[in-house]
Amino acid sequence: MPLTLFEKLWSAHEIRDLEDGQSLILIDRVFLHERTGAIALRNMAETGRAVRDPSRVFCTMDHIVDTHPGRGDETLMPGGQNFIRATREAAQAEGLHLFDIGHPLQGIMHVISPELGIALPGLTVVCPDSHSCTLGGIGALAWGIGSTDAEHAMVTGTLRVRRPRNMRVRFEGQRPKDVTAKDMVLHLIRQIGSDGGAGHVVEYAGRAVADLDVEARLTLCNMAVEYSAFSALIAPDAKTIEYALGRPFSPPPQHKATAVEHWRGLRSDPKARFDRELVIDCGTVQPTVTWGTSPQHSVPIGSTVPDPADEPDAGRRAAMKRALSYMGLEVGRPMEAIEIDAAFIGSCTNARLSDLRAAAEYLRGRSVSPDVTAVCVPGSTSVKRAAEKEGLDQVFREAGFEWRESGCSMCFYAGGETFGPGKRIVSSTNRNFEGRQGPGTRTHLASPLTVAASACEGRLARAAAE
Amino acid sequence: MRRAPFIRHQGIVAPLLRDHVDTDAIIPSREMKRVSRKGLSEGLFAGWRYRDEEKRTPEPGFVLNQAQYKNASILATGDDFGCGSSREHAVWALAEYGFRVLLAPSFAAIFERNCINNGLAPIRLEEQQIDALLAQTEADPQSSAVEIDLEKTIVVCPDGARIRFTLSEAARTLLIHGWDPIDLTLQCAESIDAFENEDRAKRPWAYF
Repeated sequence: MPLTLFEKLWSAHEIRDLEDGQSLILIDRVFLHERTGAIALRNMAETGRAVRDPSRVFCTMDHIVDTHPGRGDETLMPGGQNFIRATREAAQAEGLHLFDIGHPLQGIMHVISPELGIALPGLTVVCPDSHSCTLGGIGALAWGIGSTDAEHAMVTGTLRVRRPRNMRVRFEGQRPKDVTAKDMVLHLIRQIGSDGGAGHVVEYAGRAVADLDVEARLTLCNMAVEYSAFSALIAPDAKTIEYALGRPFSPPPQHKATAVEHWRGLRSDPKARFDRELVIDCGTVQPTVTWGTSPQHSVPIGSTVPDPADEPDAGRRAAMKRALSYMGLEVGRPMEAIEIDAAFIGSCTNARLSDLRAAAEYLRGRSVSPDVTAVCVPGSTSVKRAAEKEGLDQVFREAGFEWRESGCSMCFYAGGETFGPGKRIVSSTNRNFEGRQGPGTRTHLASPLTVAASACEGRLARAAAE
Repeated sequence: MRRAPFIRHQGIVAPLLRDHVDTDAIIPSREMKRVSRKGLSEGLFAGWRYRDEEKRTPEPGFVLNQAQYKNASILATGDDFGCGSSREHAVWALAEYGFRVLLAPSFAAIFERNCINNGLAPIRLEEQQIDALLAQTEADPQSSAVEIDLEKTIVVCPDGARIRFTLSEAARTLLIHGWDPIDLTLQCAESIDAFENEDRAKRPWAYF
């Protein structure tokens, strides 16, 4: 019987049918962070349980760490250092792999996980973080869980999971030069709706996906949770295999051939059946920005703020009105006439080396508008180092961006740092919920390229519009 | 660790009729102050519940601050409740506040799972069913208790009408028996060991 990529991954990990609608699924990697890691580890220890295989559990400091140069355990979040210290102690006590503050490989979990070969094609990976679906970009089946399930995965090496349905989204055609993976996924979310993927694992396929490099594929998968998908997946190809080898936790030389052979089989069979299928012509996708407070509230940047009156669904119409009021925008205003206070490049969505290169290429020889505060937070310490080796830090600094240490930073307010109430931010991150970047902040999601262009223009701006 | 079985619950319903209430609205990150699952109820819906969060000055317009919804243990809400961050703190805060049941047209997947792991029942009802239920309770919520019966999978309205709901067999069993899923899985230790041994031979590269 022809199988989908997901079905192959599922059956390779299915220990048994639990006969209650769930299966017991083998979990290959667990990744913790300091915001919730200590609570899970402590609770586990208090109940007299231990980690089944510490060699497959990883922990990083990313969610609430300070990102200013010269940082220590102190963070702007009141009491934040308690979380950092408790997680460090608990991770050390359990013998987990720990990427601590100051560690040369520290970074945002979903950035360092593929970067270090922790997430590999064909593995199941879970993290107590909703953006774990990012790792589907490398062909891993990865999803976000809560603390209790994190304990479950660590103690038993498994999770009890209800099998999701299968969807395929084919991005066909040639994307315009200034359309990035971020624009593709924002376009998809607008089309499918913020609950459009509920109960499904989504495989991205098609020519425009094959054209993307591995880092951009991680971006495409990162926002699957923003349309409620269980996770997203992209079949590994030659680019993925090359990417996945030779990293610190990649298969050792003696297992390389077996791994590569396994990975080559990880693709949907030609006649595999999907429960749902969607085709997007990338030729019609444009650089996209959000105007509201849900990732589905987006429009092409050349467009205007939409009119709730055009929305037939009453619930959505009410949400749009509320969003316009929160965002301080009026119907019909051209998106490119929206002035901004701040620009942020960072997060597990868009802070990899290729993202920083794209932004820096635009910023070279330009300057950030004097009215804009601009911050760049590399996705990992390795990304930061590599960027500095290429001189990108100089480009960012000379243009007027702050250049920080790695962490989740102002993607959200957990680190206690914010651009301030009422501030309008163009951001390369993944969520534009009310107050996401701090109380009263107004977020416009966009690609790093659009963020760079907007920072220089002092308003939302298309990079190629000159 | 077994928790108390959840077979039936009778309580007061509070309406929070918004769609896409995200976990940061349920428990703002700034309210997750201690390395603990406890002490979170005060921060529940803090951004909406307090006029001044620092001083804890109540916002009188917010549903949980209104006398008629005192001691509410059932929250009726909108689509996609619990979206956003996977933080289980959202569930711990709701449970510590006293909520036992959530009624919504849909729940975000990670949140729904976290609820079940903590003995909180996420019950899916159609929007019209929720509206009809609230039409019966809103005149006098304190004397219009609603019953949720997990064994019979029905919601019993104040007028005696019964609304049938579906809840996955796995969720229903865990809640009714108060079982800890980790304990259940540990009973499968032999199959896990056997599977892993076989898998290690097939995928040696997946192990360290």
